[in-house]
Amino acid sequence: MSRIVDAVNAPFAPVRAYFRKHRSFGIFVGVVLLSVALPLLTRVPPFDGIQSTNAWVNAFTTAAIYAMLAMGLNVVIGFAGLLDLGYAAFFALGGYTYALAASPFSGIHLPFWPMLLAGGIVGAIFGVLLGAPTLRLRGDYLAIVTLGFGEIVPITLMNADKFTDGVNGIGGIDKPSIPGILQFTLINPWPMYGLVVVLFTLIMIMIYRLEDSRLGRTWDAIREDELAAESSGVNTVIAKLQAFAVGASIAGIVGVVNAAKITIVTPDQFRFAVSISALAAVVLGGMGNTIGVATGAFIIYLFQSILLKQLNTLVENFNIPILNQVDFLEFQYVLYGIVLVLMMLKRPQGIFPARRRMREFAPLKIGKGGLK
Amino acid sequence: MAPLLELKDVHTYYGAVHALRGVSLKVEEGEIVTLIGSNGAGKTTTLRTISGLERARSGSIKLKGKSIEKAEAHEIVRLGVGHSPEGRRVFSRMSVRENLEMGAFLRKSGPDVQKDFKKVFELFPRLKERESQAAGTMSGGEQQMLAIGRALMAQPKILLLDEPSMGLAPILVEQIFDIITEINSRGTAVLLVEQNAMMALGIAKRGYILQIGEVTLEDSCDKLAKNPKVREAYLGV
Repeated sequence: MSRIVDAVNAPFAPVRAYFRKHRSFGIFVGVVLLSVALPLLTRVPPFDGIQSTNAWVNAFTTAAIYAMLAMGLNVVIGFAGLLDLGYAAFFALGGYTYALAASPFSGIHLPFWPMLLAGGIVGAIFGVLLGAPTLRLRGDYLAIVTLGFGEIVPITLMNADKFTDGVNGIGGIDKPSIPGILQFTLINPWPMYGLVVVLFTLIMIMIYRLEDSRLGRTWDAIREDELAAESSGVNTVIAKLQAFAVGASIAGIVGVVNAAKITIVTPDQFRFAVSISALAAVVLGGMGNTIGVATGAFIIYLFQSILLKQLNTLVENFNIPILNQVDFLEFQYVLYGIVLVLMMLKRPQGIFPARRRMREFAPLKIGKGGLK
Repeated sequence: MAPLLELKDVHTYYGAVHALRGVSLKVEEGEIVTLIGSNGAGKTTTLRTISGLERARSGSIKLKGKSIEKAEAHEIVRLGVGHSPEGRRVFSRMSVRENLEMGAFLRKSGPDVQKDFKKVFELFPRLKERESQAAGTMSGGEQQMLAIGRALMAQPKILLLDEPSMGLAPILVEQIFDIITEINSRGTAVLLVEQNAMMALGIAKRGYILQIGEVTLEDSCDKLAKNPKVREAYLGV
């Protein structure tokens, strides 16, 4: 297996070496190529038979939103080693921030672009607010508190009728526009696709830079041995808060984009399942590996939204009485469960393990062999 | 002049457990001082309290006359206290070099840090050989060397060593103790916590005997080594 992979990889070695040196540029080129290739691919069989190109592009946009969420969560879980099960809360806060700032419900109509930043700031603030009291907690305990936070936020949004219109949510949210040049619409998925591609590229570059930075090294140290990190002079409290803030601000920004894309936010969109789906992407892709995690998110999203939907159509066509009642789209939760359990049992490092994580999951070998 | 490190009546608790019951001790510039005691006497707690990993509930800890008992662990490192913790605690998946880089975490990288890399590799040629190896794959002795080296990378004025001989073969223990003496002769004071009292008393100038969270005896190491009670309780003779 690995020999095949090596053989396939061999011709690309110089390319890889180049992009290892110029990684940000490499990410840029990679995402651009992919963002052109994916819509083209939907024009050829079998993909063209499944849905229209516009519908595909819309699906890719949602997948990319989901992938950005997973990348943000990966900063908290994969880099700093803090298990955050309430990540959807920050996504919700970003979405509601934009909804309140640009919708008929609030009567305010602020432009979209600065709100991207605002969503990030709101996310970061709440990230720190959640992080600060929970920093002493570790592992399971931290997971439980973040889980609770993840529930509190949508429930609060649901009950604060006056400010959020409760379960109905806030609809008619403004679409972004570049005044005089481009107005985003619900019918045309391309502008949003373009926006998400740009944002995706920026976030990925930022995360890679963070990983290589001093802060990234600090997170490595904390994940490995918090006490040793502390005795090396690391301010573990600040470093962990930074992880929470970075992760949450990404979710906040992505929340703004998501709200602008679907033009409605309701508390139901941000339930536990969203946190778990992002977690499933992180685990599937490989904790700590940004590209892996983004790929994991794409795989899971496209699997659940395309394949499960196809399964519905297939069953309808065959007209099997028992299965007719089954909506396979509901099986996405089963999917998350299967992904999480199987990966944890069989391949905890993920499909695409991070280099450093590989060392963590591999049994340590005693000997002269040096690390690469 | 104020001693380099001075603890006065330090009390530390783990929850309800009263671990340190008024520890007072001092380390002068350039000294090796040892802290001897049986399991659970509070040796490790004393070091952890000094380096800010535990908080003293009362009492004072002064570094060169400056109170540090309220400072955070990372600030205390910056002030010049290096701690090589119990059980070595190297970053096992990082390479030897990365571990040492973590030790210099608070310093601006530059020629000074490079010089210290050289110094550490001089003290521990073994680490130079294993520079790119994952720390966790090394032997206990090598990991101990790395833990000490990492603490040195922060340019400490005083080095707190917690059981550097633990789990090591006698020949390695001797080697480590030689290196501790060497580090000290280059100007770093050492507060050495040891179960291997014989070795510790051999290299230290003064010593404190710790029993259930209290200092019960304090003397020069020559005298401690001759003290019949100490000999019976800690030297096994």
